[in-house]
Amino acid sequence: MTFSLFIEQLLNGVQLGVMLFLMAAGLTLVFGIMNLINLAHGSLYMAGAFFAATVFQISGSFLLAVPIAVALTALVGGVVERAVLRQFYARSHLDQVLVTFGLILVFNDAVRLIWGVVPVPLAPPEALAGSVHLFGGVDYPAFRLAILGVGALVALGLYFVVSHTRIGMWIRAGASNRPMASALGVDVELVFSLVFSAGAGLAGLAGLMAGPITAVQVGMGEPILILALVVTVIGGIGSIRGAFVAALMIGVGDTFGRVLLPPALGSMAIFMLMAAILAWRPKGLFPVHG
Amino acid sequence: MADTIAKPGGLSVMLRVSWPILLILALLAFAPTLSNALDNPFLVRLFTRAVIFAMAAVALNFVLGFGGLVSLMHGGLAGIGAYAVAIMAFHDYDGSKFLGVFPGTSDLAILIPVAMLAAGLGAALTGIVALRTSGAYFIMITLAFNQMLYYFFVALQQYGGDDGLQILSNLTLAGFDISRRATFYYVALVALCAELFFFSRVVASRFGTILQACAQNERRVTAIGIPPLRYKLAALAISGAAAGLAGALWASGQQFVSPSELSWDRSGDYIVMAVLGGTGRVWGPVLGAVVFVLLEAFLPAWTQFWQAPFGVVVILIVVFLRGGLIDLMGGSLARPTGGGR
Repeated sequence: MTFSLFIEQLLNGVQLGVMLFLMAAGLTLVFGIMNLINLAHGSLYMAGAFFAATVFQISGSFLLAVPIAVALTALVGGVVERAVLRQFYARSHLDQVLVTFGLILVFNDAVRLIWGVVPVPLAPPEALAGSVHLFGGVDYPAFRLAILGVGALVALGLYFVVSHTRIGMWIRAGASNRPMASALGVDVELVFSLVFSAGAGLAGLAGLMAGPITAVQVGMGEPILILALVVTVIGGIGSIRGAFVAALMIGVGDTFGRVLLPPALGSMAIFMLMAAILAWRPKGLFPVHG
Repeated sequence: MADTIAKPGGLSVMLRVSWPILLILALLAFAPTLSNALDNPFLVRLFTRAVIFAMAAVALNFVLGFGGLVSLMHGGLAGIGAYAVAIMAFHDYDGSKFLGVFPGTSDLAILIPVAMLAAGLGAALTGIVALRTSGAYFIMITLAFNQMLYYFFVALQQYGGDDGLQILSNLTLAGFDISRRATFYYVALVALCAELFFFSRVVASRFGTILQACAQNERRVTAIGIPPLRYKLAALAISGAAAGLAGALWASGQQFVSPSELSWDRSGDYIVMAVLGGTGRVWGPVLGAVVFVLLEAFLPAWTQFWQAPFGVVVILIVVFLRGGLIDLMGGSLARPTGGGR
């Protein structure tokens, strides 16, 4: 492997890692605080991409599509939380798996009904269409670089919010001991709704950024959902820091696994990595509970 | 769940609690007759699908309903069984050898044990890792393992990769021809009956009692000196082998297997079938699988967008019908445990 190919693959890996972090952040907080397994998180990723594609088609502006799609996805997340999922926080994980599995079916068909089965076009903004010359003679697509930058900024912002603000303190309190946080006067219901909507918005952001690279189509969120679950489990459920470390690990590991190993092994590499880490630390790298 | 704890042998008790499944099996036995009478060969295929799905869902429910283990990898485990059959039949047709050592075969009398062994081994190996954790971690890890199996078979270019693998040789069962649809259907139905009998005995045995105790309170089980991990691992391996049997029959009936059959939504479907029928009984998932397959076959006739109503049905079941459809048939049969928590 040449140096420039190595750098390119490394950037690809970090970019995938950043996307995974945006997905896993919502998953891990929702699970950590509300004890809810949300398999429908991938549907929100899909929703973000479709909203962005529609706004893009109407306005022709990708920059305008970003905030609108993120806001709409957060809204959808909030509505689903209030209408359905709220009743399932105290139910068994089996019930949660079933209800979110049912939601996936509903979301997929809703998207088919509204947008059809043909992939919807979503182009990156003009300014980011070309590629950038990096050191060492590496050419890298500007849009992918922008994804990396946005993801890193969001990760930093999220880290700041969670560890240095009052609402972040509520979130952490809720994640480590829900009844105690509630007893000390934290409005846990409100925190639940906020966290779920924020997680949905982040998933939507990840989806709309992935749209121009992959394709905006039904079921696009499911492969990345599985990777995000792996990230969540490796990082330790409920831990933002764990999600960040694990997301980069999985992003880079998956990218290099596919390049360096034979296909049958390369596609299994990250699952092997997960098995090895869990055999060593069953609660993940940064366990939150006990 | 009186029957599941009671000592085996109470024939009258067994008859009293299991009349619905005897009725269902008896009705299923008439599917080929019905298909002939209506001159509709599609019906036999449909019911073959239902019977084989029922086998996978019953296998899943052994760990789900009685062991409290919410596994999302049973689609993958069934897939191992399916690929075991397809790969060995491929080598038989080709005249080559699997891994350069084992000659292929097209006899299900050999293929089925091989498939069950492979799937059971797969369940045990993944189980060693997955069972170190519990609750939500277990669910997510089994889901990840399911995808691992999926990508593994996608990457196997030699055996068709993404496109799947066609079975070109003529499958037999101990020398008998099973290529007729109705014959194959009865083979599957007999296998389902054998599976139901096996699991109802296991659930009623000491092993089954300990497994259920593990689901209810693992700490107490440990406290009385029984190591739960061993029992859960054994249960997962047995369940995996049974799923492998379902997969083997699936591949044989279709003469084809593709990775899409082991994507994770299939695993989710099995959970839906188990819960739809009722997890509190060994045979509950049979009812769930039949209803599932009928809905899947006939909903698309009314509307192109049938998945959404189906998803709503799933959500409503979770909200309202907590004991599954068997609750509607036999009054209040409480679910044994809450599952994942």
